[in-house]
Amino acid sequence: MEEKKTKLLEVKDLRVSFFTPAGEVKAVGGISYDLNDGEVMGIVGESGSGKSVEAYSIIGLLQSPGKVVGGSILFEGENVLEFSEQRMRNFRGNEVSMIFQNPMTCLNPVYTIGNQLIEALRCHNAEVTHKEAYDRAREMLELVGIHDSARRMKQYPHELSGGMRQRVMIAMGLICSPKLLIADEPTTALDVTIQAQILELMKDIRQKTGMAIIFITHNLGVVADICDKISVMYAGKIVEQGSVDEIFYNPSHPYTKGLLRSMPRVDAEQYERLIPIEGTPVDMLNPPEGCPFGPRCEHCMKVCLKHNPPNISISDGHTAACWLLSMPKKEGE
Amino acid sequence: MEERKALIEVQGLRKFFPVKKGGFKKTYVQAVDNVSLTIQKGETLGLVGESGCGKTTLGRTILRLYEPTAGKIIYDGTDITKGKMLPYRRKMQIIFQDPSASLDPRMTVGEIVGEAIDIHHLASNKNERRELIEDLLDKVGLNTEHSNRYPHEFSGGQQQRIGIARALAVRPEFIVCDEPISALDVSIQSQIVNMLEDMQTEQGLTYLFIAHDLSVVRHISNRIGVMYLGNLVELASSYELNKHPLHPYSKTLLSAVPVPDPRVSRERKRIVLEGDVPSPINPPAGCRFHTRCPYATPRCSESTPELREVESGHFVACHLV
Repeated sequence: MEEKKTKLLEVKDLRVSFFTPAGEVKAVGGISYDLNDGEVMGIVGESGSGKSVEAYSIIGLLQSPGKVVGGSILFEGENVLEFSEQRMRNFRGNEVSMIFQNPMTCLNPVYTIGNQLIEALRCHNAEVTHKEAYDRAREMLELVGIHDSARRMKQYPHELSGGMRQRVMIAMGLICSPKLLIADEPTTALDVTIQAQILELMKDIRQKTGMAIIFITHNLGVVADICDKISVMYAGKIVEQGSVDEIFYNPSHPYTKGLLRSMPRVDAEQYERLIPIEGTPVDMLNPPEGCPFGPRCEHCMKVCLKHNPPNISISDGHTAACWLLSMPKKEGE
Repeated sequence: MEERKALIEVQGLRKFFPVKKGGFKKTYVQAVDNVSLTIQKGETLGLVGESGCGKTTLGRTILRLYEPTAGKIIYDGTDITKGKMLPYRRKMQIIFQDPSASLDPRMTVGEIVGEAIDIHHLASNKNERRELIEDLLDKVGLNTEHSNRYPHEFSGGQQQRIGIARALAVRPEFIVCDEPISALDVSIQSQIVNMLEDMQTEQGLTYLFIAHDLSVVRHISNRIGVMYLGNLVELASSYELNKHPLHPYSKTLLSAVPVPDPRVSRERKRIVLEGDVPSPINPPAGCRFHTRCPYATPRCSESTPELREVESGHFVACHLV
C-alpha cells in the first residue's frame, strides 16, 4: 500500500451553517483535511458534532436550511461546491458514494433489491444494457458476501435482515466503482457480530478495490480497527487529527484524551473506575466563546474562554487545536 | 459481595408471544425458553446477546411486565409468579433504554418522580414529598429547580437521569437496567455508568444489567450471562467469561467487540460468524446455535445441551465443553 500517494480530496476551511428560526447554527465551523487515494479516514465525534453534515456537504446532499457558507472542497483538484446540477449527479455515485446508518430507510420497500441495484448503475451510466447491469449487480452482491445472488435479486428489502440490507447498501454504493466511499455510521444499527462481519467486509473490499473511505462513527473501537487516520470532531471543529497510532497512543487534545479514558475496555485486566468527561455537549445555538470544549475541559484557562485555539502541529500529520499545546511544557506532564 | 444470598431466583422461565398467521395452528415467538438463573443480593448480573435474543424480554418477565408462559420467579424467598405485584413493584424497578420515550411528555419532572411516591404512600405530607423529590434529583445530579420542567427540555443524558430518579423514588432493592446507556453519547455514557455504580454502593442495590455492548457490561457486572435465541448459553463471573469463554457463541461475541486500541485490533483474530440469527418463531432443533456454530457436530442438531456447571460458578450449555 505504501506507494506514491495522490491527493484525492482536499477540504479547506469548510463552513456549514443551518439557518433555523432560532438563529444560525454553525454546524461545521471551518474544518480542513486531506485524504489520499486509497486511504481510510475516520471521523469521530458525538451526535451534533457536525460529522455527518460535513460528509453531506461533500456529496451535495445538504438540505435546507443547511448551507455551505465558506471554504472549498477539492476533489481531484475540482471544487465540488461549484459543480452544476448535472455534474453533481455524475459525481455522485460514479466518483463518490455514500452508505447510511439505517439501511431500512435507504432502500425502497416497493422495489426488489435487483431492481434498485440495476437502477443505481444505469442511472449513472446510460450506455450500460440491462443484461450487463444485471450481471454487474450479481457480481457486486457476491462481492459483499451475499451468495445466492440470483434469488436475492428478486427479494424485497423487508425479506432481508439488517446485516444483509447493509450489505446491499454497500453493494449499491460500490456498483459504479467510486473512488471515495463515505460511510456514515454504517455499523451503528447492527449487532456486534454483524458489525464484525461488515467491518471485515469493508477491509476486504478496500484491499480489492483500493478505494478511499471516510468512515464516520462515534465508536472509537471501530475506528481503531479500520482506519489509517482519524479526525476527532467536537462542536463543528476538528480538535485533533493524526494517524491512528498517534491518536490512540499520543492523544494531545483534552477531549480526545477524555474520550479514550472514559471508555471501558473489553481487555482490561482489572476493574478500573471510568473517568467521564463532565458536563454536557455544546448547545450549538449558543456555543461558548473561545474553545468549544473549554467549559468541559479540566485544564481550562482564561484564554480558552476568550479566543479560539490555534492548530498546533505535534508531529508529521498530527495536529491538535488546544491552547495548552502552545505553552511550554510543564514538568511531569 | 460479602453475603451470598439469592435475591431473585428464576426457574425454567418461558415467555412465548403468539403470532397471528393464517390457518388454525397457533405459532409462537419463543422469546425466552427455559432460562434458569439466580441473582445474588447486591451483585450486578449482566446479560448480553444480539438483538432478538430475548434479553429484554427476560428482564421484563422477571418484573412481570410480561406474564411468564411457564416457570417460576422467586423474589427473596417468595414465589411471585402469580398474584398481586403491587407490593413488589416497590422493590423492583426498571430503567429503560430510550429515556425520551419512557417519560410522559405532559408531566413535569417533579410529577414523574413524585407519582411513584404517591402510589406507594411514601410521603405523609406535601413538604415531605417535595423534599423526597428534591433529594432524588440532587442524587442523580440534576438541579432541584428542574422539577418544574418538562422532559423535552432536557438532553438525552439528563433524561436518563430523570428515568433513574424515577426508578429510585420507591427505594427499590432490585433494578433492571435495560440498555440504559445505549442511546447516549459516548462522553455521557461513562457518567451514567459511574452514577449507577455509586447508587449501588450507597443503597446496596442489585442490578440486572442488560446491554449489547460487552465492554460496558463487563465493566459493571460481577457475573455475566450470555443469551442466544432465548436460551442462556453461558453464565460465569465477569473475569472468567472474558478470560476463558467456553461456549463458541461467547467466544465469537467477545472477539467481535471492537477494541479501541489499533495495535491490539490489528493483531487480533476475529471469529466471524456466517449468516444471521435464525427466527425465534421456528428455532433450530437441538442446540439453537448449531446452524452458525463452526464446531457443530451431528449431536448438536439432535439434542439440546443443558446448562451445567463445568467449573465452580461457570455454567455453559454446550455438548462440546
